[in-house]
Amino acid sequence: MKPRDLSDLAFRNLREAILRNALTTLGVAVGVASLVAMLSLGVGLQELASKRLSQSGLFDTIFVTPKNNFRGMGRPQREVQSDKPPRTLDEDARKEIEKLPNVIEVYPQVRFFTEVRFNNKPFATVVAGMPDSSRNSGSFDGMQGYFFSSPTADEAILQIEFAKDLSEKPASLIGQDLVLRYAERQALPANDDSSTPSGETSGGFSVVPKELRLKIVGIVETEPAAGYGGYGNARLLMPLSTASTLRAAQVNDLRDIVRDNTANKTTYASLSVRAKSPSQVETLEASIKSMGFAAYSLLDASKSLRTFFSVFDLLLGIFGSLALAVATLGIVNTLVMAILERRREIGVLKALGAADSDVQQLFFVEAGVMGLFGGFFGVLFGWLLGRAITFGTNVYLKRQNLNPIELSSVPWWLVVGAIVFAILVSLAAGLYPASRAAKLNPVDALRYE
Amino acid sequence: MTQIPNAETAIQLARVSRQYTMGGATIQAVNDVSLSVARNEFLALLGSSGSGKSTLLNLIAGLDRPTSGSIMAQGQNLAELTSIELARYRCNTIGMIFQSFNLLPRMTLEENIELPLRLAEVDREERPGRVREALERVRLTHRLGHRPTELSGGEQQRVAIARALVNRPKILLADEPTGNLDSATGEAILSLLRDVQRQLGMTIVMVTHERPLAERYADRLAIMGDGKLLSASEITKEAAR
Repeated sequence: MKPRDLSDLAFRNLREAILRNALTTLGVAVGVASLVAMLSLGVGLQELASKRLSQSGLFDTIFVTPKNNFRGMGRPQREVQSDKPPRTLDEDARKEIEKLPNVIEVYPQVRFFTEVRFNNKPFATVVAGMPDSSRNSGSFDGMQGYFFSSPTADEAILQIEFAKDLSEKPASLIGQDLVLRYAERQALPANDDSSTPSGETSGGFSVVPKELRLKIVGIVETEPAAGYGGYGNARLLMPLSTASTLRAAQVNDLRDIVRDNTANKTTYASLSVRAKSPSQVETLEASIKSMGFAAYSLLDASKSLRTFFSVFDLLLGIFGSLALAVATLGIVNTLVMAILERRREIGVLKALGAADSDVQQLFFVEAGVMGLFGGFFGVLFGWLLGRAITFGTNVYLKRQNLNPIELSSVPWWLVVGAIVFAILVSLAAGLYPASRAAKLNPVDALRYE
Repeated sequence: MTQIPNAETAIQLARVSRQYTMGGATIQAVNDVSLSVARNEFLALLGSSGSGKSTLLNLIAGLDRPTSGSIMAQGQNLAELTSIELARYRCNTIGMIFQSFNLLPRMTLEENIELPLRLAEVDREERPGRVREALERVRLTHRLGHRPTELSGGEQQRVAIARALVNRPKILLADEPTGNLDSATGEAILSLLRDVQRQLGMTIVMVTHERPLAERYADRLAIMGDGKLLSASEITKEAAR
């Protein structure tokens, strides 16, 4: 039989027992919906995590610290493998790293804990310097206001939560000034003439309180490069060059004083190294490590994140498929019932010249059509279910004064994959009934009342 | 002894037997039957219930295969045909009508008659003309869009005849075509079959237990009992009387 005639007959047969076939198709749709909803949540969560991480601008960034850097409280000191003294992360090291292939820029992390005055009220916060290159990293996409007008501007971008602390209407802060109070390092007079380019000596420095007026130009959701630098999230961002000129006392300054630093050079607590692309981060990280520094990139974290989400998606897929497996039994049941009901019809078809393969294909197409419609409506229901879960979650988040999130995501591959999967599963379910119908003895079938 | 069919033979059965095993017992439904049916002949197979006449008809139709013996139909040895070739034979060479009409109740008359054309993969454009032609032959063109349940028994059997004729088969096999009809309608149906056979030059093998009707319309009678052809020689109409 020609495919068009086959599908005509299949659709006609399905229409004849429309209630039963619609219920069977609904069963498939519910199975597919559960699969799609589960996977859309998995994909949505993965996208959410990836987006948040990539917005941090760290996938192409390597954090370099000296190997003997201070570790957190209560954590054991890293073991030094060789007898050689560990390398200092100084200006020479910075230049050396800069010369490595695929390096765009190397900049120190300027991050300090300080006080901000706004409307004569003090607010404690962490300030971070942002390199001008972060303007195009995507980290500031969707921000309120605008990015720093120049790399040396006396301007500030506030993190939204900090902005909410300053004012009930954060958007109204843009254009207003705030005062940054910080501790400036001032080098003590040196005992000899060997001074660093910045004028500091290994002899130490004094700390002088200073103030700087900054204009608020923007408000951002999350801090790019969050979590590094030892103080947690910075809530006030300013141009890196401006932040560097402040010579604000940082956490490693005390360590530099107590350390016997004979080189009399500026040392850095950490350097950020930006690679041309995330794919070059791994090689670059290895090169920096071989230079004798500790290096860490978010690629390490994202690797384990990807593994986690792969397993997570697999588990969600398995649980989602359980409903589809039950629906498959529904298809088998419906088609087996159809054979019993249409036994005589099968006999007539064979008497009129239908080959076994025609009868088999007819049942296959009927199963496939149920799978197609079940898959289509299943994707629709699954998408709606995902939207409903996202809506419910966002209502809850709003009540908690948190920002809404996109919890579920139905990419095109999930739509196509789910429909194809539903058809394949339905065809597999149709295998036994179709084979049984094809093998039916026409003489017995014609005799059947 | 196998007879060699000549050009005038439509169907040739040579020592055909069909056994069934049912609950451990062997049932000899057809036992060593040899029979020739000439082209354009109207043969009536008579016999009581369980005499094996319907089984023989199913064997000729290619719906069943003999346990032994050979069947030649329109020059084809059915024993040598594969399952698909046998289906093609049923589709193109054979037309079948049944006692209970066997029309598909959820299809209209037009769709019922079109069904063999679909199976024979006849072009869609050609089909409406062929359906109309078959319906004209049984004088039911005005009921094209009706469903079988809306028709009388006689009308349903006429539709079944139209369906059997639509692929222009060489052989028409009828299994008790008047069994569900009153005598007047039965006569009308047989008269129609006779007309069709003469107009189209078809071979008809009809199973019936209504001897008077068979004698009136068939060219020849063959009587079966206990799976056997009762006489070695074919029975003529005159002898049957």
